[in-house]
Amino acid sequence: MIQILIYILVFAAFLCLYRMGKGPTPSDRAVALDILGTLMVGFCALSAITTGKDFYINIGISWALLSYVGTIALAKFLENRSFDE
Amino acid sequence: MFWDTLGYIVIAVGVSFDLLGTIGLVRLPDVYNRLQAATKCVTLGTAFLLIGVFIVSGFNAMGIKALVCAAFVLITSPTGAHALARGSHRGGVKLWEGSVKDVYAEDNPE
Amino acid sequence: MKFIGEFIILFGVWLLLTWTLAPAQVIAGAVITLLVIGLVGDLFVFKARALNPIRIFWAILYVPYLMWYIILANFDVAYRVISPELPIRPGIVKIKTSLKSDMAKTALANSITLTPGTMTVDIKDDELYIHWIYIHGKDVHQWTKSIVGRFEPMLRRIFE
Repeated sequence: MIQILIYILVFAAFLCLYRMGKGPTPSDRAVALDILGTLMVGFCALSAITTGKDFYINIGISWALLSYVGTIALAKFLENRSFDE
Repeated sequence: MFWDTLGYIVIAVGVSFDLLGTIGLVRLPDVYNRLQAATKCVTLGTAFLLIGVFIVSGFNAMGIKALVCAAFVLITSPTGAHALARGSHRGGVKLWEGSVKDVYAEDNPE
Repeated sequence: MKFIGEFIILFGVWLLLTWTLAPAQVIAGAVITLLVIGLVGDLFVFKARALNPIRIFWAILYVPYLMWYIILANFDVAYRVISPELPIRPGIVKIKTSLKSDMAKTALANSITLTPGTMTVDIKDDELYIHWIYIHGKDVHQWTKSIVGRFEPMLRRIFE
């Protein structure tokens, strides 16, 4: 049962990678990267429930926060501005 | 037993929302529409998944951490989407040609 | 006052994340909380009026209200993504808000991003630019009414 859900999430991650490879503008790739980060948080949660070990959730929390910081930095970069503003 | 079943149902709903969001990421025509579909569906899908983990595992370290993580995702994801949309528009990414109007470009000429 | 509020919030998050009352963990949490407040405590926005019970009541009531609209939003977007002919009519519109404080505007922008078909692009003073996936209406007043009409009264009770 939970194996099927993991396969569905992997398929969704491949759809993200398709958009990241094809995307006509840099913004499309940045959006795909942001969404992939959120998907990976869900993947960590599924790993935690499958194995019963709670440190996977810690990985998920740090991944969510780091992905947020990365998204903000990418948005600044897309805007053609310097980082120290 | 009841709580396990309910938790797995919530997890399955979350995963299907994730899948719908990424299908939107592939099908929709421009950055803003993609951001719109992907952000809403994937944020709620992941939050549902984490709430499902909380329902399955109950009040222990794993469940409480999952709830805190769901709150983080629900707060940070819209802010990131907002920053990306503003950055792409100022970086010169045009709207899809079928768009109806763009008040932002009218009010902020280059 | 500000110091006590920050300490309670940060230490509470630490306790939730570790979920144990072992003395070593609690002491380490207290030390790290004091360190964080000393380094970046000035960045926090904390006002004493946030402790007013009426505001807290409305804030708790706001969560299920917002959750209902988020779920509606997801079914809306799912329908648009699945249907073969893509029923979208996108564009960026401008609305005016009557909220004053920065916190209230931030909460309004995040709520708009999570609800059906709308996403905040930029904020300038009291004007918000919204990307809308299916535009109804003709001018600023109609757009304002149909986008922020359902959030503004509750947010005003919470933040102002």
